[in-house]
Amino acid sequence: MKQPDISPNVSVAKDTSLQAVVEFSRPLLLTPGQDLAGYIGSRVGRALIFLITCVSVLAVLLIFYFIIREAVPFVTLESVKTSLARISEFLTSKNWFPEHEEHPEFGALTIIVGSIYVTVVALILAVPFGVLSAIFLSDIAPFTVREIVKPVIELLAAIPSVAYGFFAIVVVAPWLQNKFGFTTGANALNAAMILALMAVPTIISVAEDSLSAIGREIREASYGLGATRTETMLKVVIPAAHSGIIASIILGMMRAIGETMVVWMAAGMAAQVPSPWWDLSQSVRPITATIAQEMGETPQGTPHYYSLFALGVLLLIFTFGLNMVSEHFMSRVKHKGGSA
Amino acid sequence: MSRRTKTNFKTFVGTLLICGELMAITLVAANHVMAQTSRLNIQGSTTVGPIGDAFAEAYKAMHPGINITVNKTGSGDGAAAIVDGRCDIAMMSRFMKDTEFKKAVVNDIFPVAHVIAMDGVCVIVHPSNPVKSLGSAQIRAIYKGEISNWNQIGGPNLPIVAISRDTSSGTYETFEDLVMKKEKMASGVEYVSSNPQAHARVSTTTGAIGYVGLGFVDMKVRALQIDGVAPSRSTIASGKYPVSRPLFLFTNGYPKLGSPIHEFCTFYLTEKGQEIIEAKGFVPLTNY
Repeated sequence: MKQPDISPNVSVAKDTSLQAVVEFSRPLLLTPGQDLAGYIGSRVGRALIFLITCVSVLAVLLIFYFIIREAVPFVTLESVKTSLARISEFLTSKNWFPEHEEHPEFGALTIIVGSIYVTVVALILAVPFGVLSAIFLSDIAPFTVREIVKPVIELLAAIPSVAYGFFAIVVVAPWLQNKFGFTTGANALNAAMILALMAVPTIISVAEDSLSAIGREIREASYGLGATRTETMLKVVIPAAHSGIIASIILGMMRAIGETMVVWMAAGMAAQVPSPWWDLSQSVRPITATIAQEMGETPQGTPHYYSLFALGVLLLIFTFGLNMVSEHFMSRVKHKGGSA
Repeated sequence: MSRRTKTNFKTFVGTLLICGELMAITLVAANHVMAQTSRLNIQGSTTVGPIGDAFAEAYKAMHPGINITVNKTGSGDGAAAIVDGRCDIAMMSRFMKDTEFKKAVVNDIFPVAHVIAMDGVCVIVHPSNPVKSLGSAQIRAIYKGEISNWNQIGGPNLPIVAISRDTSSGTYETFEDLVMKKEKMASGVEYVSSNPQAHARVSTTTGAIGYVGLGFVDMKVRALQIDGVAPSRSTIASGKYPVSRPLFLFTNGYPKLGSPIHEFCTFYLTEKGQEIIEAKGFVPLTNY
């Protein structure tokens, strides 16, 4: 710190031999004090940066800790028997009346099913759409088209979810009612359609990257063996890129399952399992939206409050599992990229 | 060696800067927490909460020195807080129960009620729906799933889409108390998270029935008569409309005139206060 002229000297010293002489005008040896200061500075700096990195890791661990801590009182009641009864009620009962004063009921089955329902339907809509678009962009579209289309698709990811939700209620819901005669427009299909729209940019982006990562030489080798474009695509490129495509689908799925605002507004929030089970025109109630809706005004320390954290733990387990699977596939993409 | 020292030096300065920033943030956060130790502590009903919040904001704007905290944890919590002397003002959407009064008196606290507004919940349907009037028992049956088609109650052959506010809202609480009589709604009932959303869903769905505060009734939806009484400012303020109830603030004794508590509890009488009450969808207490 005593020598503020160090840095300019060094930076110019690289360039010309004339200024290299200038460098020798500085003392070649640092004084013990400067040496010590430099050493301590580097150690302290390293430690601080390490701590700052730890903060984000710690944040994740703390989130896990606090959510689980708040969920535990929900399942630990006076006796083992009542605790088990509470868990089985939570996972198998269809009656969700946690706020009721005399007879609260905590059957989250409809809510778990609701989340899975909208996510799966959203994927059924989004996956063919996203993967085919990715194939088009990576292998078929001319360069200029791709340069325009890709940013536009990625723009879809930048639209705030509350705007999607508003669109779902004001435009999609009446449209579904008038066009298809649904009794209610805020239903599983509406939510799934919007979720699909939100998952598509993720799927296209990641799948397109992994398709492009398959080298040109592999495609040319395939053509050289007499394969047509379709055969090359279906039998060479897609199998080679399958890990990346699966990872893209899982990332899209995580986007859909974690989304809150859209499903809150579009899914209708009726705590029921659709019957018959394939009836998309009925309202469902996903986990995320339930937590968002009820957390705001639920008094702390009540069973209702803890039950929402229990739902949060379920959601964490879902997304954590999906994350693990996608990490697995993403790492395979990276290994392939290295060897190719 | 000198080069290495330079990088280290830079890293050091960088980390120092980051540290400083972190400290600044911590300080700001700490300050924030300190500022929240208030002089006026308000607690209670989620229904009255929006009025309490808006009053607090308006009151703070007029008296910059005062700190007010508003906690919306439910009427029962508000009552418990004033009984234990943990708050200055309790917001409640119901009157105090006998047991709560007795406990308060044992604690040397003498709860005094201030009625600040009336709350009326209007049941609304799509304007094309010919049904104009329902009994509260019929509405209860609709939300319990016992009546599922409009033709059961003199309407067209159209499935009923019952729309409720989310269970944490004050409007839901009022509806649950006064119409549902604390009975559980059917699983097919849909939930929306705000009055405008309920309005949007009902105005775009022909078979829908929903409920909103009086302030959200307009030409795009039709408010039903309940037990033969149409909702309006006068029927709600007078209590003739079945789904109406007074909203209270409770204090320990009548507050000293001119004290912040007194000014806060009488804020509903001012023009600003009445505007706020109306803007939040409630009915101000006036006789004009």
